[in-house]
Amino acid sequence: MSRSGLARLRGALWVVAGVAVLIGLAMAFDRAHPTGEPASEYARAFGGPFTLTAQDGSTVTEKTLAGKPYAIFFGFTRCPDVCPTSLARMARLRKQLGADGMKFNIVFVSVDPGHDKPADLGNYVALFGTPIIGLTGTDAQIEQIKKGYGVFSAKVPQPGGDYTIDHTAAIYLMTAKGEFSGTIDHQESDQAALAKLRRLIA
Amino acid sequence: MIIINPKTLALGALVGVVASTAMAHGYQAGSLSIQHPWTRETAPAQAVGGGFLTIANNGDREDRLLSGTTPAAAEVQLHTMTMHGGVMRMRQVTGGIAIPAHGKAELKPGGFHIMFMGLKRQFRQGDRIPVTLRFQHAGNVTVQFAVQPVGSTGPMEGGHGGH
Repeated sequence: MSRSGLARLRGALWVVAGVAVLIGLAMAFDRAHPTGEPASEYARAFGGPFTLTAQDGSTVTEKTLAGKPYAIFFGFTRCPDVCPTSLARMARLRKQLGADGMKFNIVFVSVDPGHDKPADLGNYVALFGTPIIGLTGTDAQIEQIKKGYGVFSAKVPQPGGDYTIDHTAAIYLMTAKGEFSGTIDHQESDQAALAKLRRLIA
Repeated sequence: MIIINPKTLALGALVGVVASTAMAHGYQAGSLSIQHPWTRETAPAQAVGGGFLTIANNGDREDRLLSGTTPAAAEVQLHTMTMHGGVMRMRQVTGGIAIPAHGKAELKPGGFHIMFMGLKRQFRQGDRIPVTLRFQHAGNVTVQFAVQPVGSTGPMEGGHGGH
């Protein structure tokens, strides 16, 4: 083999070695990714204690929900767009998981406790054709869970005396221990969301 | 003076045929064509609902959707929704929603939509909600909003809304 041929071969080997190193790094990074094995700080980033009332009037705390992973998000029954979209999406994703679909709870928390009484919330979540835990409470109780989850919400007066509520739309994924595992974003694909849910219930 | 190009005329006829078959649920008002108005079913005592539709403008001047009325709700408002930093914000639109000349306005989840405020009855799957839309140029147009399952993210194909 000529000298230039050898040099080419050596060059090609370096490229192969380089690619192998990159793959190795990528795999190591993937393993270290927070959703794999959450660092404790990450796991406690969102969540914490709360006391709320479910649609059947029962009291629900973070301890009541422990033992099963859950997807929890915030909204209100007078929300015409993002709330029904998110609720319907979670119902659809659960269906797509087949038998595994019931291995996590879907929890919807009202940021409009003045309007959304347990029965209203019950009627609302019942539209989505799958068991959903609807939670509401006093203003102080809602403030507590909002703070725990870093959720923003603000009542915005509308012309004519009505109001709407700006609010965080993310869906928080919590482990059976009540640790934060990640979020499902409003805009990400069903495929990506399903992968996250599968990891959550694995 | 409006000059009608025979090609445009042929296209118009074709669209008309398509509209009467696949898009059974469409309306024509002057240069505006309104496609698939739809809304979601509501829970008992639910106070509001969102309405969605596409309005195409085949004309040479902009039109605007200004407002609406319906016997099914106390008020019809136009709203926009935006997402900033993960926060959903909904605002009433002032001055109406523009339908550009030879363009369209899409009222759909995640953007512009109609808000039915103070619902007078529950919206049930398969119902049709009559709504009179008021346009700056096209005037008043009454359309029927199809009530779809709450999980809908877009209009169902013509005629299947009630099944």
